[in-house]
Amino acid sequence: MTFNFNNVYVNNTATVVGPYEKEGPLANKFDKAYDDLYNGEKSWEKAEARLLEESVDILLKKSKKKKEEIDLVIAGDLLNQISSSCYGLEKFKIPCLGIYSACTTSTEGILLAATLIDDERIKNAIVSVSSHNMASEKQFRNPTEYGAPKPKTATFTSTGGASILLQSTKSKVKVESATIGKICNMDQTDPNNMGAAMAVAAADTIFTHLKDTKRNIEYYDLIITGDLGLYGKEILVEYMKSEYGLDIASRYNDSGVMLYNTERQKEVLAGGSGPACSPLVNYSYTIPLLEKGTLKRILIVATGALFSPTMVYQKEPILSISHAVSLESVK
Amino acid sequence: MEKKDYKKLVDKYKAKETRIQNAIIAFLTGGLVGALAEFLIQVYSYFLDISTSDASVFMIVTLIFVASLFTALGFFDKWVNFARCGLIIPITGFAHSMMSAGMEYKREGLIYGIGSNIFKLAGSVILYGVVSAWFFGTIRYLLFGGV
Repeated sequence: MTFNFNNVYVNNTATVVGPYEKEGPLANKFDKAYDDLYNGEKSWEKAEARLLEESVDILLKKSKKKKEEIDLVIAGDLLNQISSSCYGLEKFKIPCLGIYSACTTSTEGILLAATLIDDERIKNAIVSVSSHNMASEKQFRNPTEYGAPKPKTATFTSTGGASILLQSTKSKVKVESATIGKICNMDQTDPNNMGAAMAVAAADTIFTHLKDTKRNIEYYDLIITGDLGLYGKEILVEYMKSEYGLDIASRYNDSGVMLYNTERQKEVLAGGSGPACSPLVNYSYTIPLLEKGTLKRILIVATGALFSPTMVYQKEPILSISHAVSLESVK
Repeated sequence: MEKKDYKKLVDKYKAKETRIQNAIIAFLTGGLVGALAEFLIQVYSYFLDISTSDASVFMIVTLIFVASLFTALGFFDKWVNFARCGLIIPITGFAHSMMSAGMEYKREGLIYGIGSNIFKLAGSVILYGVVSAWFFGTIRYLLFGGV
C-alpha cells in the first residue's frame, strides 16, 4: 500500500543523544548530546522520557513555534505501554496519538501525520520517537550491570530522542510518498541477530514501494534502512538480488551502521538499533543534505523487529515489519 | 524464497565467533579464581587456625563479597564480558547476578523492585541446584546408604 502526498513538507528536526552516539561519526550534527546515560534523571526510563521531551523542546525552539500552534503529536518508543512517549509528552498538552511498531515507529508516525496533513485535517504535526540503551537492556534482556556477553551479530540499542515537524506550508524538503509494510516471518528466533529477522521486511517494503510507484533503484540517491546492522545489511543486498533481481548495493546504506564507528566502537557489535536509530541519522544527516540539495531523493526504510521476549520463550519466531517514506529535495 | 533457504542465507552472513579464544580465556580466568580460592583457604586455615572446611566457607563468603562489591562499583560487568564463563560459573557469577538485579530494580522499591527481582537470574540456579541436589542425594542414598 503506497500513498502519494502533494503538500506535506518538513519544517525542522531535532535530535538529542547519549554518550555512545556522541562518540560516533555524526557527533557534531546532533542538537544536543549527553555524556551520561542518566542525563540527570534517576532511572533509565525517566532518562529516556526526558530525551524525547527535550527533542520536542528543541524542535519548537528551532522552528519558532509555540506548542499551541502544533495540531498533533504522534509518538512511540520501545518501552512497555510506550511510557517514554507518554511521560515525555505530558507537559506539552498537544493532542497526542501513541503508536508502536518497534524500530520502524518513526516512519509509521511520519506516514500517519503526512496522511492527515495531506487530507487537510491538520496543518502540522510533530512525530517523536525515543530509545535508550539501558532501558531496553533492562526490559528485553538482563539487568544492565550483568554485562552478559553477546555474539557479534547483536545490535546495540541507540540512546536518543528524535522529533520532526511536518507541515502543509512549502519548505525545502517534501514528504513525497510512503509505503505501509506487511508483517514478515522467516522463522528467525535469535534475538541476538535481529538484522536477519528484519532484512526480509525491508526487502519486501522496498520492492513493494518500487513496484507501486513504477520506479527503479536509480530513482533514489540513497535507500537507507533502519537498523539491520553489518550482517543484516549484507543479507538484504543478497536477498534483494536473488528474490527480486534488484541490485541495491551502490545506493544503499543502513542507519545502524552509520550512527556508530563500528570499527572503533567495538561495544556496539553489529551496529545501532532502536526506534531512535533511523531518525537520529536521517534528521541529523540526510535531511540537511536534502535541504542543501546534495541529495535529491531518498527512501527511508526504517525496520522493526516485533520482538516479544514472552513469545520467543514460547518458541514463536521473531516477526518484523518495515514502513518506507520517500523524501525529496525541493528546488 | 523459502524459509529454509533464508536460514542458509542468514548463516552465510553470520559473524565468526572466536569460540576457542573465549574458551581459553574462560579456562584461564576460571582457573585463576580457583587458585585464588585455594590460596584463601590456606591463608584462613593457617592464620585463623581453623579446619579447611571452615576455611572454605570463609573463602566463599570472601569471593561473594568481592564480586558483589565490584558489581556495585560498576566494573565487574566489564570483567564478565571479557572472561565470560571464567567468572560466571564460579560463585562470583552467582553473586554478580543477584547484585546486578538488585541494583537494577532498586528504583521500583523494596518489595516490587528488589524483592521480586533479585532472583531474576539466580532463581533458576537455586531451583535446579536444589532439584539436582535432591536427585543426586537420593542416588547416593540408594547406592551407598547415605554414607
